[in-house]
Amino acid sequence: MSATSYGWLILVFPAVGMLVVSLGWRVLPGRTAGWIASAAILGSFLAALGALGQLDERAHVDSAWTYVATADLRADLAILVDPLSVFMCLVVSGVSFLIHVYSVAYMGGDHGYARYFAYLNYFVFSMLLLVLAANFVLLIVGWAFVGAASYLLISFWYRRATATHAGIKAFVINVIGDVGLVVAAFLLLSETGALDYAGVFAGAEEAFARNDGTLVAACLLILVGAFAKSAQLPLHTWLPDAMEGPTPVSALIHAATMVTAGVYLIARTHPLFELAPTAADVSAIIGTATLVFAATVAVTVTDLKRVIAYSTISQIGYMVLGVSVAAYGAGLFHLMTHAFFKALLFMGAGSVIGAMAGIQDLDRMGGFRRAMPFTYVTFVVGALALSGFPLMSGFFSKDEILAFTINRGGGYVVLAVFGYLAAGLTAFYAFRMVFRTFWGEPVPEARELEGGHVAHGEPVNPLTGEPEDTDVGFPGPEHHVAERSWPMKAAMGTLAVLAVIGGVVGIPGVTDTLEHFLEPTFEDSRYIDAVPTEEAELLGLGVGGVIGILGIAAAFGVYVRRPGTAARVRERFAGVHRFLVNKWYFDELFDALFVRPFAAAGGFGRRVIETDFVQGAIVGGATGLVRAGTSFARAIQTGYVRAYALLLLIGMGGLGLYFLIAAS
Amino acid sequence: MPVAWFLVLSAFIFSIGAAGVMTRRNPLVILLCLELMLNAGNLALVAFARMHGGEAGQVFALIVMVIAACEVVIGLGIIVAMYRNQLPIDVDEMSELRG
Repeated sequence: MSATSYGWLILVFPAVGMLVVSLGWRVLPGRTAGWIASAAILGSFLAALGALGQLDERAHVDSAWTYVATADLRADLAILVDPLSVFMCLVVSGVSFLIHVYSVAYMGGDHGYARYFAYLNYFVFSMLLLVLAANFVLLIVGWAFVGAASYLLISFWYRRATATHAGIKAFVINVIGDVGLVVAAFLLLSETGALDYAGVFAGAEEAFARNDGTLVAACLLILVGAFAKSAQLPLHTWLPDAMEGPTPVSALIHAATMVTAGVYLIARTHPLFELAPTAADVSAIIGTATLVFAATVAVTVTDLKRVIAYSTISQIGYMVLGVSVAAYGAGLFHLMTHAFFKALLFMGAGSVIGAMAGIQDLDRMGGFRRAMPFTYVTFVVGALALSGFPLMSGFFSKDEILAFTINRGGGYVVLAVFGYLAAGLTAFYAFRMVFRTFWGEPVPEARELEGGHVAHGEPVNPLTGEPEDTDVGFPGPEHHVAERSWPMKAAMGTLAVLAVIGGVVGIPGVTDTLEHFLEPTFEDSRYIDAVPTEEAELLGLGVGGVIGILGIAAAFGVYVRRPGTAARVRERFAGVHRFLVNKWYFDELFDALFVRPFAAAGGFGRRVIETDFVQGAIVGGATGLVRAGTSFARAIQTGYVRAYALLLLIGMGGLGLYFLIAAS
Repeated sequence: MPVAWFLVLSAFIFSIGAAGVMTRRNPLVILLCLELMLNAGNLALVAFARMHGGEAGQVFALIVMVIAACEVVIGLGIIVAMYRNQLPIDVDEMSELRG
């Protein structure tokens, strides 16, 4: 089979899985739906492996259907199979498969079990469509599908008001990105006359001078799309709220796959960004700003899942920085390792939340080390990888991005310095989670688990504390911990191994497997030879490793050695703490800038335009006119026969008189 | 004899009929007055026919008589129905068609 046949197979499996699960939800007993969905994703993964085996130097494009074919425009339902898309397919379907398996147990007992897996398969299908698309049309289709899947899964517990609000917020911000991407595609189409990647890139070389204004505008619009999907400043506010969805969803969509779509998009359209270095610089600066901002917030937030969410925003900032400074291999390498350790962290968090019977507040956790040894070990592995602890996967990928950034010289060095500073914060907040969740005095829930059964609290909304029930539309009655369900254990174990050894594909100077693999896609890059020397990379690794260890040590000092330190620092810098805990007031800023003016304009429109003008003047005027006319007509109809006779007579008389006068 | 005399008589009778239709409230009298108006018209038609020396006017007069007969049949039928249903014999009482 050719590479593109495998490409189509990658798409077919989750689509079929989605149809089977969504149509058969009534007859599928027990956990069958979950296993069917997992098998579909496994099929996708195997097909991606098949495509990997068929790859050669050139990019394979295959079209199944032509949407439009005119003299100036051609749009196909075409997939592109090249190293980049196969790499993305492998990461997406591989991590998705593990998260499916985890969900089989974690979502057990939920009343929307089959619906959940139908959504999950739909998401994977959309994401694979996004990465396999060979032109902007299909890319936008996948892009919008992914947004819809994210909306469905964030609002999965649809009777929870906070969840539905979070879903709407995510969808609205994603649509802002969609609009940016669509307008960018229009711009590129009008200037280059093509919609497929190869045509656009070739046309852009001819149509645009370096840093041409139109091209920079198109690239900035692409960035709007990428930043909305990848939760970069200032379009990041939906991602922390998206933690309202089930924890595996947070792991899959809001850490491992969907949010990296923006990184993929920048890497995919790299010929445009290299022609428009201004746009690439904007992207690099925003990526750096985001990674610093999110790291500072993650230090103060107390909701376990939201800490990891801000960590995700921060890590995607690194990836965006990487692909913006032409370190494509490094950026995508970090994308892969991040998918491993971030999904692992979320799974660990899910296990802890299960043990806490739904509570997510760090302040109420502690001492789970003995009760949940497996979760503890895997969570620490994830946190070490996130911190960039030497020889873990995150150690190689993050520092490679920063080494490439320094290598560009000039102002980029400043960005790299911020990157290293945030790396220290990253290690600190990663181990803040570890120490506050697993160390210290065991909380009652931990003791209960040590005693042999999972705590069972009243079902409440973890955010507002409102009481809930466990029927459909709310989380199910059962809580699951990794220690007691082998599918969760298997998924977390696999990811933990990957989080440790994932770095071997990119050890500088030893194995540059990933970069060599991706080379055919990026060989047209004008920065292909601008790689840091081996010494520089090793020095960067050393600095990064030391910073990571320092961050972990700081967290150890603050939370374990002197447990009161955090409270003292909080009091000492109360203003700073308030600023950070309120997430730099971004939500409030958007509220004041957009939400309230629009709400006020809407209220004005409703009161004045709708009520007074439309209903009063236009509708009221028309009905008033008709009413006046009819009341006149009614007044003539007296019902008195003699009055009619009189009118008739007057009319006839008038007519006769007229003829008489006319005749004379 | 000039035709004007006939026309004056016709107009006189027509006016009497019209005034009767306007002023009387008993439907029977109104029917009688209608007959007067129709016959005034007939008189004028016949007078004109004589003046022109043709027969078309006379034929018209005959047709009007037929129509008058039909009208009386319907009108009397309505009046009999009113009697049967013991309705007031007064056209002003029958104003159900008021808008």
